[in-house]
Amino acid sequence: MVAAASRTEEHRRVWAAAAAVTDPELPMLTLADLGILREVEITEDGAAQVWITPTYSGCPALAEMRVDVDAAVRAAGFEQVRVRTTLSPPWTTDWITPQGRRKLTEHGISPPGGAPRRPAGPVPLTLLPTRTVPRCPLCGSAETEELSRFGATSCKSLHRCRSCLEPFEHVKEI
Amino acid sequence: MSGDNIFTGLTEEHDGDARWAFGTGFTEALAGVDTTLPVGVDGQDLALYCQMLGDDSLVQAQRLVHWVTDAPELEEEVALANIALDLLGQARLLLARAGQADGTGRDEDAFAYHRGPDEFRNVHLAEAPRGDFARCVATLLVLSTWRLALFTRLADGKDPVLSAIAAKGVNEVAYHREYAVSWALRLGDGTEYSHERMARAVTDVWPLTGELFATHPVEAALADQGVAVDPATVREEVHQVLDQVLTAATLEAPGPFPTAEVAGREGRHTDELTPLLTELQRVAREHPEATW
Repeated sequence: MVAAASRTEEHRRVWAAAAAVTDPELPMLTLADLGILREVEITEDGAAQVWITPTYSGCPALAEMRVDVDAAVRAAGFEQVRVRTTLSPPWTTDWITPQGRRKLTEHGISPPGGAPRRPAGPVPLTLLPTRTVPRCPLCGSAETEELSRFGATSCKSLHRCRSCLEPFEHVKEI
Repeated sequence: MSGDNIFTGLTEEHDGDARWAFGTGFTEALAGVDTTLPVGVDGQDLALYCQMLGDDSLVQAQRLVHWVTDAPELEEEVALANIALDLLGQARLLLARAGQADGTGRDEDAFAYHRGPDEFRNVHLAEAPRGDFARCVATLLVLSTWRLALFTRLADGKDPVLSAIAAKGVNEVAYHREYAVSWALRLGDGTEYSHERMARAVTDVWPLTGELFATHPVEAALADQGVAVDPATVREEVHQVLDQVLTAATLEAPGPFPTAEVAGREGRHTDELTPLLTELQRVAREHPEATW
């Protein structure tokens, strides 16, 4: 039986190891920055149990992240590791931390605005962008246009800055 | 982070849990929610209902994938592939839940690859021919509007797993609908030619809409228990949304939805489903020893 104090220490070590794992598609972000690391638990039998949540239902990066978390927690000295996935409450882009948003901008990717409150609400009957127009992460201009609502990964859309003319990606609000 | 080759990591087995990127370990996706069945709910019924919703997603995803390398523009190809990926993700979760609920422990692959056409429970609109891009838009518009209405209600359902899957799917399906609406407006209210093509697509899709609101006995029984949504109850809302969109797109809504019997939900399908499944299931059936 492990003493309570050392259990807390173990808990902290597992959390730190899992939190530092990066997203394979957005390598500047850690799981903690993304807000998909939900819970860490040391079970009765001494196993480290880590709960993560997918961004999109079909996100193929999830399996890779599970493997990386597994390896990271093992490297932190835990022999038994269980990486579990939870669906509830569903992830939205509001879970991305302020630090995560800052890192995105630093890497030329525009961070998401607030997630839509009522996704099932009225149908937007317009061809104009229905969400906040993102600022250019490179020059800061608000004069940007959407090129494609769907980008190289599920979570991003494609835009172009009318001021500096550079194309950029934006993490979609969902 | 591990410096190991990613594929080594993915294929390595830990505690008997195969870690292929798209492997069976994914059924653990449901580990976070209490997987016991709600009291009084029949597991076979729940499994069947999960297959209905899961098959709608899986079959529609497979249809959408036919646009990859063949869409009018690269952006639309990426969009349709993204939408298909969301639907595939939803199907995996729903089919995994079906295998838990019916007590067989079958995984998502067993449902996707090792059932024949008469065991699939999707509606006919999901398997309908791909057609032109306008047809794709019309189909996506109808299916996403319908699915959004169902999932919104299902998110408050009494099966915790199903409600979690629906709550997660709502945001995604809302996005799919937004995409379909934007193209319906652009084509419908575009040139004379695009208008004509879009109008024809809506006319072609319309006869298949009636089935979406036909209630299967299992849907009715589970809806009474607060686990499922009786599709008949979303009929009016879906019609209102489509009417609003089609009017804004200067297209005429072709009147009320036709009345139809339950068909796909009972495993009765059109001739379109068999070739679609043959393609979907071919590798898994020809190489039963393969894992991925």
